[in-house]
Formats: sequence, C-alpha cells, structure tokens
Amino acid sequence: MSPIRRPALAAALAGGLALAALAGCGGGSGFDSTASSSGAIKVLIGSSGDAETAAVKKAVAAWSKQTGKKASVSVANDLAQQLSQGFASGKPPDLFYVSTDQLAGYAGNGSLYAYGDKLSDTGDFYPNLVQAFTVDKKLYCAPKDFSTLQLVINTEMWQKAGLTDADVPTTWDQLDAVAKKLAASSGAKAGLTFSPEYARIGSFMAQAGGGMTNADQTEATVDSSANVTALDYVKKLLTDGAAAYSSTLGAGWGGEAFGKGLAAMTIEGNWLIGAMASDYPDVKYRVVALPAGPKGPGTLAFTNCWGIAAKSGHKSDTVKLVDYLTTAQQQIRFADEFGVIPSVKSAAEQWQQQQPGYAPFIAGADYAQNTPSTQGSADVVSDFNSQLETLAKSDPKTILASVQKSLAATMTQ
Amino acid sequence: MTRGSGRRRIQLHHTRDGWLFVAPVLLILGLFLVLPVLMAAWVSVSDWHGNGSPFASGVGFVGLDNYRSILSGGGLAERDFGTSLRNNLYYVVLVVPLQTALALFLAVLVNQRALRARGFWRTAFYFPSVTSSVAITVLWLFLFSTTGAVNRLLSFVGIHGPNWFQDPDGLVHLLLGRLGVDSAPGALADHGAIGITWWDWLAGPSVAMTAFVAMAIFTTSGTFMLLFIAALRNIGEETDEAGLIDGANSWQRFRYLTLPQLRPTVFTVVTLGLIGTWQVFDQIYTGTQGGPAKTTLTPAYLSFSSAFNNQQWGQGAAIAFILFAIIVVLTLGQRWLLRERS
Repeated sequence: MSPIRRPALAAALAGGLALAALAGCGGGSGFDSTASSSGAIKVLIGSSGDAETAAVKKAVAAWSKQTGKKASVSVANDLAQQLSQGFASGKPPDLFYVSTDQLAGYAGNGSLYAYGDKLSDTGDFYPNLVQAFTVDKKLYCAPKDFSTLQLVINTEMWQKAGLTDADVPTTWDQLDAVAKKLAASSGAKAGLTFSPEYARIGSFMAQAGGGMTNADQTEATVDSSANVTALDYVKKLLTDGAAAYSSTLGAGWGGEAFGKGLAAMTIEGNWLIGAMASDYPDVKYRVVALPAGPKGPGTLAFTNCWGIAAKSGHKSDTVKLVDYLTTAQQQIRFADEFGVIPSVKSAAEQWQQQQPGYAPFIAGADYAQNTPSTQGSADVVSDFNSQLETLAKSDPKTILASVQKSLAATMTQ
Repeated sequence: MTRGSGRRRIQLHHTRDGWLFVAPVLLILGLFLVLPVLMAAWVSVSDWHGNGSPFASGVGFVGLDNYRSILSGGGLAERDFGTSLRNNLYYVVLVVPLQTALALFLAVLVNQRALRARGFWRTAFYFPSVTSSVAITVLWLFLFSTTGAVNRLLSFVGIHGPNWFQDPDGLVHLLLGRLGVDSAPGALADHGAIGITWWDWLAGPSVAMTAFVAMAIFTTSGTFMLLFIAALRNIGEETDEAGLIDGANSWQRFRYLTLPQLRPTVFTVVTLGLIGTWQVFDQIYTGTQGGPAKTTLTPAYLSFSSAFNNQQWGQGAAIAFILFAIIVVLTLGQRWLLRERS
C-alpha cells in the first residue's frame, strides 16, 4: 500500500474520467459525433488463453483477407473496465465480447448497437441464446458460443469406491448417496465439489423447478418454494459430508479441486475439458448429465455475444464480420481450437459427432436455464454468491428472502 | 512619484514572472487533479451512465439521488456501502495504531547506537515498502492459502489454521461463538445503520481481512519507520542525557522526553496512515475482489466496481466523495486530539 496518494475521488475516478475530461472541456461539439470511419475495425476480446486468442486472430485475419477490410484483435486484461473506459471516452472498440450480466447495463446506457435485424441469418441460433441477448424485444448482439453445466466424474476414484456404470446418479438421492460413498472410500477429501456461487448452485434450483426470475425475466422469483427445496438439498449435501465447496478444499474453482484429486465429482461446464487437458492431463474422467431434481433435469447456460459499439464508425462492416464469425463453419473451427460449443444448432450437432465427450453439455442446451441478465442483476447475483458461501451455517429461507428483495428492487426501477 | 510607480512596475513584473513560472504546475494540477475532481463531483449528482461525455446534453441533474441510494436507499447499494464501511473501519482501527506503534518501535531499535549493522536492518525493514503491493498481495495469497506457509507454521504448535482468504467469519463473531453467543440478540438483529444490522456491524474484521491487516502493517511500517528515524535524529541527545542525569530510567526517558518531541511526526504518520488505509484498493483488486462474502469489500473498491462493472457511475462517484469527507473529518479530528495543550 502506498500511503501517499491523491484524494480518494481522484484515485478512484481520475483514470476513467481523464479522457472524458479532456474532450468534454475541449469545445465538445466534435466529441459526441460518431468516431471517424477510417482505420481498422478494432476487436477487443476477453480471452480464456492463448488458444482462443490465436483462433480469433486467425479468423479475423482470414475475413480481412477475404474482404480487404482491415481489422485488428486485441486482448483485454479486464474487459469490463476497458469497455467502460472506451464507452466513456467515446472511442470504444468496434467489436467486443459482451457477457449476459453486462448486457443490460450497456444496452441501457446506449453503448450498444442493436444489430440483430441486420444479421443475415438468426434462425439457426439456439432460441434460448437469442432470448438471452434480447432486451425490450430487440436482439442486441449475436450469440458467440455457449456452455452448460454437467456432472464430471473421476473414473479411477469411481472404480476405487466400487461403483459401476449403473450407479451414475440420476436423482438427488442417488447423487447424495454416491457422493457420500466416494467421500468415504475413493481417497478424495470430498465426494462432490463446486464453487460457492449461483453459477453452480443455480443448477439445483433449475432441477427443483425454480430460478431467479420467471422465464421472461420480468419478475423476481427467488423466494419460491422450489428454490428453498434446492438450497435445503445443497445445504444437506454440504453438511452430511457428501459435498464441499471448492474454496473449502483450498481450490480456486471446482475444476482445480477435481483435477488435483481433492474431490471425486464436480459440477462444471465444458471449459473444464480444455483445462483438464492442459493442467491435469493424467486425470481420467467422464461427463454425465446432472441428476434430475424433483422437477426433472435442469442446468444453467452461460453465453457471450459479439457486441458492436453504438459509436462504431464501421457498423455495417462489423456486422458482416460478425456474420462471418458466427457461420457454422467458423464456429466449428472455434470449437476445435478452444472447446466452446457453437451457438448455431447445425454446427453444434455436427461438432457433437466429432467430439462425443461434449454430448452431455450440448444436450443441456435444450433444457438449460439462462442466468439473470436484467440491469442490476449482476450485483444481486454477487450478493447472492456472498451469502451462499456461508450456506452450511445459514437458513436458506433468509438468504432467498434477502436476495428476492434486492432483485425485485432492481426490476421495479 | 516616479520612484513609486517604478517599484510598482517591478512588482508587476515580479507577479507576472511568478505566474509564468507556476503556470506549468497549475496547468498540470488543473488538468489532472482539479478538473477530474470537478467532473467526478458533477457525475455524482448526475444520471450519467458511462456512455460518452458526462457533459453531453442527454445527461440530467438528479440532485442527491445517488447519495441517497447509497446512504438510505434500503436496497443492495446501501447494504454494500454499509458493508464496505464496516470492513474498512475495522481495517483502519487495526492497521493505523499497530503500524504506527511498530514503526516507532523499529525506529527506536534501529536508532540505537549499540545495534550492529544498523544499515542492514534499516534496509531490511524498509524493503517491503518499496516492493510493489501487487507482488506482495500475490505472495500473501500463497502464504495464507490452506496449505501455505502460515498454516504449516501454525500446525507445528498444534493449531489448525483457517482457510484465510476464504473465511468470511468475523473475529468478534468467532469470539462470541466461543462464549456461546451464536446468533444475534433481537435488539441487535432488528436495528442497524446503512443497510446492515448492528449485529453485522459488530462482526469484527473477517479472517480474510485480518490477513490484509497483517499485510498492511508489514508493508507500511518500514516507510513510517524512516520518518520516525529522521525525527529521532533531529531530537539530539542533550535532553536524553539531561534525563539520565536526573535519574530517569530508559522507559521514562522515552515516554516523557522523546515521545512528546515526536508529536508532529506522530501526527504525520497517523494522517498518512488514515488516508492510506481508508483508500485501500490494490490489495483488494488483485487479491479478493471484495470476497469472501463481501468481507473485504472497501469503499474504494466498491466505487470502482459500481462505476466500471455496473455502469452506476453516479453512485461510484458519490462513494468516492463520501470517502473523501470521511478522511477529511478524521484528519481534522486527530489534529484536534494531537494539538499542543498549553
């Protein structure tokens, strides 16, 4: 910590505002006009690693070569911050990743160009992905790819505990039973692990027939009895020795705990496959569907889209670039190169035949629930996460009631 | 007459030249300090949401709405702000006295003529201060992990160390838990301030925050040690010798002769400490991002995340100004406390 600093407000805000300050006081009128249309299309991505960066760079370069339009790809360290800075300064990148929880904020303040109707074909996208990026009946951006959660099992530990294929859990009770058995006799510290957050535990809420909101995301339904059932069950898993949070096991996320052999099962998305291959290549595992809850199967879907800035000077060219990047052919290339599931059905089905290991994740798309994406919901979810960390010691009803209050407040605004 | 106007002309020249010489500094300060501060002040009372210039025509004045929503809105924004104030308050209350005391102790130690290799010790104690706070945070994350060096060390004396940076339990709550008080007494649970109950205000710093407290003391004591060394050198040995002749023991000489003469330095150190600890940001940003369970959330980090991650720029700026007010009030308060009493 450096004890000598500028006043608080300057420290916190000067960085972001300096550019805006210069422009705002420099006579101004030229500032709000659209950025110049000369120069290359700027693409800003939040990359999961070298494989993704290289794949996106290659695809954009191929498009440039084909069309003769210049485009450059850069990788953000902190995408949300860099985008916010870009929007505030009036010089945002033309094309960038947008996550569902950021969408409403950017759409709400007019930073995003809603280009859904300009795309050449939106019919092949998975419908719930299209819904995830639709605000006020306008499709803001094209789904880039998606991921779902499923159950991942360490096969060696599974056998060591004397379990067979017939024991793969399909109900909550079975999951509880095998997790306990694995905890007792597989050598792992815990039978099942997942990180203490809605983005994992929400799958149990979906299986119980609950969710954060109704299907249209117009009403908060956090305190529903289905959600209470789900959290009661998760609390039971955590307290009866079946499951432990990855943080309790000393791991940063479920995949790390699973890869290190601290737990025999985990709930993670398809990004796990890439992580296992690069970090824990010796661990043998299989992916199965999450067990069904009282209201049938359920999982969560996570997705990003290709956002275009409202202040972009290359709107029509950038839409063409998105068209190119979301074709079935290109998405299969991305899938091969960094393991994401294509956002268009035809590509996902084709790719599933090539990579049967991903089948449960792809199958999840048909029944997966979207995470809340309304304005202010990101804050509520992080508050929910902070309360879930102490779930083992708390009353699920109290947690859900407080989150309900917060989420409802953001929706009536 | 002529002489008088000539002098005035010279003075005029002087004034003009003076302004010319300070102009670059004024320009830089104005551009990078005054202007952003004024802009932030405007943002804090506007409904600007981070798109384009805050002075554009579409941005409206909303009065104190942003301040109201974080101080009395009843929503999540208020609760988050209350939580961050609580966390930072415990951080300040622990860090400032401890680092000041440690810095003074180290300075007295290093200043003793009997000590060998004084230069080495001075450098050793000062070293953490010159290391980047990000590097130290990463080091801390390793040291305080479940299987890290700190927990290994604790295990030698038979203590099962906590999962430091993942443990949201407050120290006061843990202590009360030992005494059998697990849940809040009704009066404390039902009432509160700034969105969180009195019971939660009393939670104390979380285990995770305690690790940050240790880190702050470790890194900053060295800096303040230097200030104290300089002050100790200034005092000279005459008063100390006079005390010796009068038969005062070494503690009495320190307490009644040295310490009163260090008052201005103590004021400086405590002021800098207060400002630094209320603005703690980099450790949180690189270390925990406010977690676990928001127990390391601080106003400075909350200000950043409301603005950059949630597009609530008005609230972010409002938090920054409230933080500014807190720091000013506390500094004035301690100046009054440490004033020379005649």
